[in-house]
Amino acid sequence: MNKKQKFFAYPYVIWMFIFIVLPIVLVFLYSITTKEVNNIKTINFTLNNYKLFFDPLYIGVTIRSINLALVSTILCLVLGYPIAYIISKIHSKHRNTVLLLFILPMWMNMLLRTYAWMTILGNNGIINNFLNMLGLPSIRLLYNNSSIIIGMVYNFLPFMVLPIYTALSKMDQHLVEASHDLGADNRTTFLKVILPLSLPGVISGIIMVFMPAVSSFVIPRLLGGNRSLYIGTLIENLFLVTGDWNFGSAVAIMMMLIILVSMSILNRFDVDKEGSGSNLW
Amino acid sequence: MGNKIIELKNISKDYDVRVLNKINLYVNENEFLTLLGPSGCGKTTTLRILGGFEYPTEGDLFFDGKNINNVPPYKRQINTVFQKYALFPHLNIYENIAFGLRIKKTGDGIIKEEVKRMLKLVNLEGFENREIDSLSGGQQQRIAIARALVNKPKVLLLDEPLGALDLKLRKEMQLELKHMQREVGITFVYVTHDQEEALTMSDTVVVMNNGEIQQIGTPVDIYNEPENAFVADFIGESNIIDGIMNEDYLVTFLGRTFKCVDYGFPRNENIHVVLRPEDIVMVPENEGYIKGTVTSTIFKGVHYEMIVNVGTFEILVQSTYQSSVDDRVGLKFTPDDIHIMSKETWSE
Repeated sequence: MNKKQKFFAYPYVIWMFIFIVLPIVLVFLYSITTKEVNNIKTINFTLNNYKLFFDPLYIGVTIRSINLALVSTILCLVLGYPIAYIISKIHSKHRNTVLLLFILPMWMNMLLRTYAWMTILGNNGIINNFLNMLGLPSIRLLYNNSSIIIGMVYNFLPFMVLPIYTALSKMDQHLVEASHDLGADNRTTFLKVILPLSLPGVISGIIMVFMPAVSSFVIPRLLGGNRSLYIGTLIENLFLVTGDWNFGSAVAIMMMLIILVSMSILNRFDVDKEGSGSNLW
Repeated sequence: MGNKIIELKNISKDYDVRVLNKINLYVNENEFLTLLGPSGCGKTTTLRILGGFEYPTEGDLFFDGKNINNVPPYKRQINTVFQKYALFPHLNIYENIAFGLRIKKTGDGIIKEEVKRMLKLVNLEGFENREIDSLSGGQQQRIAIARALVNKPKVLLLDEPLGALDLKLRKEMQLELKHMQREVGITFVYVTHDQEEALTMSDTVVVMNNGEIQQIGTPVDIYNEPENAFVADFIGESNIIDGIMNEDYLVTFLGRTFKCVDYGFPRNENIHVVLRPEDIVMVPENEGYIKGTVTSTIFKGVHYEMIVNVGTFEILVQSTYQSSVDDRVGLKFTPDDIHIMSKETWSE
């Protein structure tokens, strides 16, 4: 790379520093200092915020969030893989239209899409209205784990479908033919050729669903109500309600660590060694 | 030889347009048969129908006497070497070759032995644990052949397998393929657009154009006795001249009457005469049957290629002797060198 090209990268480096590195450093700084201090001269370091995180109450919150994110991710995978597979098989004339239909909801604000689910699942919502019309009693659909999972799957499904679709459509069709040629029926071909070759897409999809799912606070807040805390809503509460920025920062850092660790574990399964995989980012 | 292993009866294939029209063809056991033709002539479609990747719109396909029209590829005793190799990138070489055997639930010991034997056959011993993308094009091609042959198919289909290789490697692989075919003793159906490749390797050449078979024959027949102008033009270079067949063994073209070895045409039939450029001898003007002026000379390595204008026609001549442009020369040939084709089989 010559000097001129390097020069063109500077704005991006500055951007990265101001909007990515600096905030993380500040969050980290908050997480290891005590609340009373707001003067750089009297700064007071402590690890109490992290100690507090390991309190059973907060560990419970973390586990609950991870559980919820895992269930949502698995559901997204179970739903998303067949969808991606079907889209990749559609005749190229119609494929982009179908793909567009999947991406279209993403053009709308996530908050609005989640609100929409409130009116569908609510006590006076579409489903319960319909049940009442049939003379059946209302059921409580909102403000429980299922409603959160529905919201997450709905919101994050495209992030699972797209990378798997990319991996599948990039795959050389001759490989499928070669597998048939060598005596493998459709099932064996899927298990021994198609699935392993789409694994990079699956891994990207899992990461891209799990990450926002574990940290989401809008969906648990709107669809889960105030009954139980999740890691996302906990951070929100600490910053905006309790005003405990230091502990909030510690929880945020811990959440970043959890995501980082789970990502690096997943990457070990990535068969695409060149990194030319189906990452969308 | 002699046993028909594959037979195509009136096979047609339509996509939006008809790409194969009433193909009738049989392949003998242990034969090296080549489908030869320009791109878009239907040769690859024919091969894909044999492999089971396409189903014919009309007609019947027989394998060992049984109709296999609707048999899926994984139930056919036919294996394919694909044009772009189609090796599995997520498996190493050992597992690529073992793929077919594993599906048949072959024991590990036998697989190990067979893979080793195949790697020896394709001259890549000790490559078991290498990754696919660490191999050159030629090596990948050999692995693709090994992966197909390890299943002991009755017929091996090869779809322009040498197309991506450079000239020298291609020549080597041609000989090796022929050698392998003799060694394993199975039927090869080979697709190529390279006429030289077809003539070098095949027992039988099938020349195709526009979805139809133009001629079936041994390489020597195809070269020496092309049945129509397309074959003559496609196989090597040739001069195709309008003529009249006066009677058996007598033909008139370029204003003169010549003796020839062909017979059986109606009297005074309009025909095409094929003269191979290498069959024509250049002599001093007064000794030639036909006289003309050299209009261009190109050095081609082994020989010179010259165009001689004989008034109504330009004749291509290949000779190891060079003539200069504007030289007056005579052209000679023997009755044997004159090939007669009827005009009806002209197909372009």
